[in-house]
Amino acid sequence: MTINEAATPALAAQIQAGLLAFLEAKTKQVVAPGQDIFGTGLATSMFALELVVHLEGTYGIEIAGPDLRLEHFRTVEKMTALTLRLKAEAESTDSA
Amino acid sequence: MTTDQQFHRIAVLGAGVMGSGITTLALGSGVSVDLVDVDTRTLDRARSGIRTQLRHAQLLGALPGDRPQGELTTSVSMSGLAHADAVIEAITEDAGLKAKVLGEVSELVRPGTPVISNTSGIPIDELAGAVRRPEDLLGTHFMNPTYLISMVEVIRGPRTGDAVLAATQALLTTLRRKAVVVRDAPGFVTSRLLHPMINDAARIVAEGTATVEDVDTLMQGCLGHPTGPLRTADLIGIDNLVDALDALYERTGEKRNSPCELLREKVRAGELGRKSGRGFYDYGEGIS
Repeated sequence: MTINEAATPALAAQIQAGLLAFLEAKTKQVVAPGQDIFGTGLATSMFALELVVHLEGTYGIEIAGPDLRLEHFRTVEKMTALTLRLKAEAESTDSA
Repeated sequence: MTTDQQFHRIAVLGAGVMGSGITTLALGSGVSVDLVDVDTRTLDRARSGIRTQLRHAQLLGALPGDRPQGELTTSVSMSGLAHADAVIEAITEDAGLKAKVLGEVSELVRPGTPVISNTSGIPIDELAGAVRRPEDLLGTHFMNPTYLISMVEVIRGPRTGDAVLAATQALLTTLRRKAVVVRDAPGFVTSRLLHPMINDAARIVAEGTATVEDVDTLMQGCLGHPTGPLRTADLIGIDNLVDALDALYERTGEKRNSPCELLREKVRAGELGRKSGRGFYDYGEGIS
């Protein structure tokens, strides 16, 4: 939907694959990119913050303010979109 | 009426799991906290843990959007207590230690300041003998994670005064918690029911009747327990659970409350639950 996604399909695919592997290692279950991981009981609210910390550590981003909402972590697709956006924002700030 | 009382700054004693959680809740509710512990390393850990918990609370929509967060100060001394609007003691679940610390607290605070002992089951009247004004002392039993569970058990001891009970209820309203007030007894209501159940759940695992996962899954799926007793044990901290069971056994004499061998083994092995990364379940590096 955003330019970032169009510009960096390879990165998006990499983030998505990384998240799926992380989730499958943690839950020992197969996860689909569009699956509501909280709604289907796969992940708990206690686990949500682990996802935040994982994304921050892996991609060098900071998730804060209005971005720090469970809604953005509900599916692998949503987390991928958020990570791409924050990465792009961080990079444009760096080069500015 | 004391219910108009404003709470700007409270003191929390003990920077362990419960002290940190209560501090997170207060800061997130716009109340500043002076967090006191005897150990600076514990305070450092608590600072970073509280930062993480505030993020967790925000992530789950558990912070009010209408007020700025309170300010956190940490200290190894209780000298700031004279300025506290309320004091919440959340040190180790040991009646002797609690009595000693509460006695010191009661010499430092202004009369009428609620002195609140957070305990999962030590009768408040046992502690009331150690304080200068027993009418200012009462008990709370916050649940972990404090900032996510909206209900608090409040314990009125036989000597607790009306004013301090009303003030504590006002404080809990500021903290966006609902309170149920009960009378003083070993384990009050929630621990009297929950702790022996967890103890039995561990016995069931030790006897080989079912696995950890199956015990929790049955309690969730058949009886509507939100997480299962053994996941709850990991959240409470198995060391705290054993202390609380010991306290309950000592006071009720009921064998069912005597901590089973599997719980004691876990404590000896340092498998204390979520806070140590492993208990009945493995939490990897954990979040705290």
